[in-house]
Amino acid sequence: MSKDFLIDRNGKKYEVVIGLEVHAQVLSKSKLFSTSPTKFGSEPNTQVSLVDAAFPGMLPVINEFCIKQAIKTGIGLNAKINNKSIFDRKNYFYADLPQGYQISQYKDPIVGEGSVVLDLASGSKTVGIERLHLEQDAGKSIHDIDPKNTLVDLNRSGVALMEIVSKPDLRSPDEVNVYIKKLRSIMRYLGTCDGNMQEGSLRADVNVSVRKQGDDKYGTRCEIKNVNSIKFMQMAIEHEANRQVDILEEGGKINQETRLFDTKKNETRSMRSKEDAHDYRYFPDPDLLPLEFDNDYVESIKKEIPELPDQKKSRFIEKFNLSSYEANILVSDLDTSKYFETVIENSDVKLASNWITGELFALLNEKNLEITESPITAKNLSKLINLIKDGTISGKIGKTVFEMMAEGDKNPIDIVKEKGLKQQSDPKELEKLVEKVINQNQDKVKEYKSGKEKLFGFFVGQVMKVSGGKANPQLVNEILKKKLK
Amino acid sequence: MSNIIDLSLSELVSNIKNKKISSNEATSAYVERSKKSRSLNAYNEETFDSALKKSTEFDSKPDLNKKLPGVPIAVKDLFCTKNVKTTASSKILNNFIPTYESTVTKNLWNDGAILLGKLNCDEFAMGSSNETSYFGNVISPIDKDLVPGGSSGGSASALAAKLTPATIGTDTGGSIRQPASFTGTVGLKPTYGSCSRYGIVAFASSLDQAGPMTRNVKDAALLLEVMSSFDNNDSTSVDFKRPMYSNDLSKNIKGKKIGIPKEYRVEGMSEEIEKLWEDGKKYLKDCGAEIIDVSLPHTKFALPTYYIVAPAEASSNLARYDGVKYGFRTEGDNLIDMYEKTRSAGFGDEVKRRIMIGTYVLSSGYYDAYYLKAQKVRRLIKNDFNNVFQKVDAILTPSTPSSAFKIGEKSNDPVSMYLNDIFTVPVNLAGLPGISIPAGLDKKGYPLGIQIIGKSFDEQNILNIAYSMEDKINFKFNLKEWWMNE
Repeated sequence: MSKDFLIDRNGKKYEVVIGLEVHAQVLSKSKLFSTSPTKFGSEPNTQVSLVDAAFPGMLPVINEFCIKQAIKTGIGLNAKINNKSIFDRKNYFYADLPQGYQISQYKDPIVGEGSVVLDLASGSKTVGIERLHLEQDAGKSIHDIDPKNTLVDLNRSGVALMEIVSKPDLRSPDEVNVYIKKLRSIMRYLGTCDGNMQEGSLRADVNVSVRKQGDDKYGTRCEIKNVNSIKFMQMAIEHEANRQVDILEEGGKINQETRLFDTKKNETRSMRSKEDAHDYRYFPDPDLLPLEFDNDYVESIKKEIPELPDQKKSRFIEKFNLSSYEANILVSDLDTSKYFETVIENSDVKLASNWITGELFALLNEKNLEITESPITAKNLSKLINLIKDGTISGKIGKTVFEMMAEGDKNPIDIVKEKGLKQQSDPKELEKLVEKVINQNQDKVKEYKSGKEKLFGFFVGQVMKVSGGKANPQLVNEILKKKLK
Repeated sequence: MSNIIDLSLSELVSNIKNKKISSNEATSAYVERSKKSRSLNAYNEETFDSALKKSTEFDSKPDLNKKLPGVPIAVKDLFCTKNVKTTASSKILNNFIPTYESTVTKNLWNDGAILLGKLNCDEFAMGSSNETSYFGNVISPIDKDLVPGGSSGGSASALAAKLTPATIGTDTGGSIRQPASFTGTVGLKPTYGSCSRYGIVAFASSLDQAGPMTRNVKDAALLLEVMSSFDNNDSTSVDFKRPMYSNDLSKNIKGKKIGIPKEYRVEGMSEEIEKLWEDGKKYLKDCGAEIIDVSLPHTKFALPTYYIVAPAEASSNLARYDGVKYGFRTEGDNLIDMYEKTRSAGFGDEVKRRIMIGTYVLSSGYYDAYYLKAQKVRRLIKNDFNNVFQKVDAILTPSTPSSAFKIGEKSNDPVSMYLNDIFTVPVNLAGLPGISIPAGLDKKGYPLGIQIIGKSFDEQNILNIAYSMEDKINFKFNLKEWWMNE
């Protein structure tokens, strides 16, 4: 999986260095500096207050809930929480930026350095977090409705974003994938960001540079702006890294610049060079006082922090004896871990893990459903597992029952009863079936006895068939062995 | 009974409370006089009809427990007033009608006051003469050639000409105190955080503060009492226990220590101002106060500091006037073209000058040398005051380095115009309260003001000192009503 990602050119190997600036929308009912709602998909310009639209004399008032969410996320990233931070104005003109500046944090962010642990096939890797700061989102410019005019939707204007800046610690598109998923998982556990990339709740600016393998100096980087899916990030990185290597191999130099990823052409394009970079004229927003809180405040928030994926994983491994791989799959998504923990309240852990990561995931995948929308509830899966575990049905029948359960969340106990799927475990009954099969297949019996032992499987299969799949396979084995001696 | 328009705010209030004058009588009197005084160009927007209607409504069900029962008041056109055009005297807002009310004006209406109209001012409050208004300059009732000062020039002119019993202004670097000084009226800039900035068109957020402009100190105390409130909508609003300034007003200032800062004795200061200051000291001594020489060593840096900080904030605050959402727009070939055309046509020269200065001092490569340095100096200026206030209760200075100048006299010389704010600007930088009261006339017969600066949230103290001095000064100005047309 996470093999070394190196670009080979003319016998030289290049390493790719990646840092991400992830913009995560804070999960909050109202905006960062106003009381407008933040619901996604509402009619344009229906969630806009006078503050969001920057009417004369309107002033920002900080939403304390968003501050708490940022602190929580900082704690989840094992990061330093800064007791004093400052909101700055980032000045630039754009039609969907009503104030003519974005309120952001520049020199003094609310969260400082931290780290995130990635589970890679090659082992675990720690990625450094540089900082996390709070800022306002802009509105949306819509260019394709009116042929002559650009329309502006300010619903998103002023929504709180956390910008999470990583250190340049990532080395491959695969690592980027794992990193984004891990960040998303942590924030979902914390309830600080829903991580929904389709709705734009999670987007990233990707910084890419290349250097010859073994070099300790970083190359010149390019920033790819506003990429909104993991797949596109990976494609963009791959294209951008190769582009840079090509330039270097031709004896050229990389220009530090901002680039855009064209998803249709699968290429990055220059947006503006360093020389053309905006001068944002950052300065502390005089409408807002510095944000200050004491350690007690942070401690009180720490008490609200739930068990996070890393801790949960360790617990699953220790307590349930799951492999690191299994535990990872089960904890990476909060809802999956919840489902798993509900199932194992009353049933076998190992079977639960197998059924969830096997049959259930396949089913959800096929039907394109989230685990929270699973047609089979955790309680009923737990019952099914118990039916298998206590021998009431075989594993094979279990799969049949599972399929029936998937049609509508029926109780597996009822299904087994209604369809008469209970496993035949009465030795006398089974003996009769075995004898019947032996009698009907005398020629095969001869072959078997003359040494063609492979045929044993055939007899088992025949017995299962005449039992309608209900015979207890273990007992059938035993009886057959006896009878065929 | 004397003429309604000659009554002070407090007198008018007590007459209405005693049912000697109705709200409608008072309102009619001011509407009549205002109509006859249009040559002063004090109003940007007249709301006379609605004021008269409201006064009748008030009289039909008078609530005489209000502090300003049915009192008509015109306000500076920088306060957003619901359903009444609010322009900040700029072309870029010349069609802007807010759907909301500023907290300060809301406080006035909640306490019974009635809006008479919106008063002219310098464009976005940038100016010291009311000559930068898109709606033309305001004329001082003191003399037809004189500016009323600025930026609250319309307010000062209307107040001095008795077109309103009192008014409110905003003060970023002296915009209440300087015009008060020029027109022989009282102007108070409260401590930063006392009056909410919510709904006031912003000039420089860390300096802007609304305050009362009145005919006497008692009126200022009353109006401040109504204006000042803690407001959750303004993050810089301060939640302190607000005194009943007018009830607590006292002439007993015995034993108060008053500082005289030597740095305010600037080069070229006229003898008249010098004398005025000396007289002020004498009056204070007569009242039992103690005069102490003090030093505010960083005073000379106040003006350059102010002209970095204020334009920096303004350049950002005015970015929202871009033709996209409201206000004036000139169509363009594309977004940038529209911005350029709109802002070129929508802003006047002084506003453009300050936007350019502000943009420059915040630019990368210049930020540290200008904005950051200015913030550091601002801290030193604040510290100067803090140190002095260890020793004294208040500081006495002239309000302005001269009396009112002539219309056009300084409009082509911005620096000389800026120098007018030399005594008022340090107070804004330090966030302190300051009051200007009329103290005498220069040899041309034009009013001169004297300023009392107090500790943070110590408005009561400077009001008391001003109240005592007012008595001793006994300022009189014979207003010849030359501008009135019948």
